[in-house]
Amino acid sequence: MSIFVNKNTRLLVQGITGKEGQFHTRQCVAYGTGVVAGVTPGKGGQKMDEIPVFNTVKEAVGKTGANCSMIFVPPSFAADAIMEAADAGIALIVVITEGIPVIDMMKVKNYIAGKSSRIIGPNCPGIITPGECKVGIMPGHIHKTGGPVGVVSRSGTLTYEVVHQLTQKGIGQTTCIGIGGDPVNGTNFIDCLDAFQKDKDTKGIVMVGEIGGTAEEEAAEFISKNVTKPVVGFIAGLTAPPGRRMGHAGAIISGKSGTAQGKITAMKKGGIHICDNLGVLGELCASVFDHA
Amino acid sequence: MKIHEYQAKELFRKYGVPVPSGGVAFNPEEAGKIAAALGGFPVVVKAQIHAGGRGKGGGVKIAGSLDEAKALAKKIIGMNLVTHQTGPEGRLVKKVLVEQGLNIQKELYLGIIPDRASAKIVIMASEAGGMDIEEVAENTPEKIIKIFVDPLAGIYPYHCRDAAFGLNLSGGAVKEFSAMLKNLYSLFVDCDCSLLEINPLVITAEGSVIALDAKINFDDNALFRHKDITGYRDTDEEDPLEVEASKFNLNYIKMDGNVGNMVNGAGLAMATMDIIKIAGAEPANFLDVGGGASAEMVENGFRIILGDKNVKGIFINIFGGILRCDVLAEGVVQAARKTGMNVPVVIRMEGTNVEAGRKILSESGLNLITAVDLQDAAQKVAQIVRI
Repeated sequence: MSIFVNKNTRLLVQGITGKEGQFHTRQCVAYGTGVVAGVTPGKGGQKMDEIPVFNTVKEAVGKTGANCSMIFVPPSFAADAIMEAADAGIALIVVITEGIPVIDMMKVKNYIAGKSSRIIGPNCPGIITPGECKVGIMPGHIHKTGGPVGVVSRSGTLTYEVVHQLTQKGIGQTTCIGIGGDPVNGTNFIDCLDAFQKDKDTKGIVMVGEIGGTAEEEAAEFISKNVTKPVVGFIAGLTAPPGRRMGHAGAIISGKSGTAQGKITAMKKGGIHICDNLGVLGELCASVFDHA
Repeated sequence: MKIHEYQAKELFRKYGVPVPSGGVAFNPEEAGKIAAALGGFPVVVKAQIHAGGRGKGGGVKIAGSLDEAKALAKKIIGMNLVTHQTGPEGRLVKKVLVEQGLNIQKELYLGIIPDRASAKIVIMASEAGGMDIEEVAENTPEKIIKIFVDPLAGIYPYHCRDAAFGLNLSGGAVKEFSAMLKNLYSLFVDCDCSLLEINPLVITAEGSVIALDAKINFDDNALFRHKDITGYRDTDEEDPLEVEASKFNLNYIKMDGNVGNMVNGAGLAMATMDIIKIAGAEPANFLDVGGGASAEMVENGFRIILGDKNVKGIFINIFGGILRCDVLAEGVVQAARKTGMNVPVVIRMEGTNVEAGRKILSESGLNLITAVDLQDAAQKVAQIVRI
């Protein structure tokens, strides 16, 4: 079992003919993901390797039955691409694009509220169910199949570090999700925690947060009430100066809100096993998940 | 991106938001000319820096005469202004805003920000104007009115009425305030602001509603569609090394420690700074070279880190995903040769093509210290700077 993506996922890539789109599509195919279509307006009828390219998402869905989209289009066209995918009935929309204006994402999120689509990202590495399906830019080989741990994170390479340490300790993953580093995102910690709690093969969860906003605090409260599986948490940015945007658009301490210490305190209160030192995260997980 | 108060007021005027008459001066003579043209005293002389708390720091003064206005401008321009937001080192003042004094009857607070969780634009208003709004929010949250606007539907008159009556305004002020709030909302959305704040917004004895202060920050992700606004950037307000880094699209933030560090990915970069601290040292910077960094970006990053004279050791932490370890290793070797690396460098690499990368480093003949994992690397670099 897994959450959101599996071996039945039929992937469509928006922006498949661009440099990034081509490279990562090939990586996903090599990993075993079922990539069924690509969309680049004006290039309909062409093929990227063996994958048919269409002008519109609607046409691609009609011809191939795609149910998941991975988006690589530039920031200025991203909102358009996401809403196009939602209107075409795509169930899961994974937005890799970094640098989408906040107001564009706010409009997208309100637009999508009445629809059945789920957005992951933007500004994220994507989602992977090891051994079954990779929808994103993460290196597949660092993952270990078979669970029992689910990983959810706001970061990219920091997630790879966490997954690498788990794999080194012989701990496999059910599904790993990067929810993205932007202030407004489609899927949040709580959505993923809820799904992991309901997934019978996931026995424990690793949650990786960072400074900015209050998503970790809200997640901690959700965990204390709804999650019975053990959760290990890590927060990046203890040394980050206030008022500065630390690379990710969402990683900024505003006044007294969004600090790493505030998040850690809330998470401890929510019963989460906090990892104080990233260097020993694997060891902590091994001891916490040993009996899970 | 941040801008100055006088620039924010230019935008306010453009959007029909009332502000006091006045202008910006770079020397006492200009300040005098502006003061004289205002046609009456008192006038207010306000230091223009990208930090709040200017009044308490002595950067905002009232002048009762032309001579006093000039004298105050002379004193403020060139002063090192220390506020709770500048840090103890303060900020050099290079210009002042000279404005007409107002007959203030009431001070209000008004702010507009995006709300992350609800994805709505939130208007915050309070009768506790002129105070530190974060303190008000913490101690007396009931004094702040919050109004959520769906960005798809936009602002409607009832949003403005909710705010106006919530602030206990009456008579003509309700209408004036509502018109102003609608214009501010348009400015916020049109210009992709990430924060718009007026503290205080004043009601004068004559019953007019006027923005006495103005603060606007912009969403960096949206600057590509606002060439006019990028013209407001003032690099004098930024650290020179950060300005240099921004030319190469490098995400660099200068800090006070002595361990320089270069990392791919923002989250991992923050975690690397944290682990340096845990190992007993202090990070000199934040530097994210990004997921798709080239050898050239690595070289520029190196040069910028070495531009900070406090740096006594460098920690390179790369998790190769898209950025392959062999490409990174080539970049580091090239950069080290070109820049004449004069401080010890500890490298920790993991991920795609890690073996090839380690081979390149070990065969380079350079004095690069390799580490087996994160913990090992942090301890090694902390050990180096301790000596």
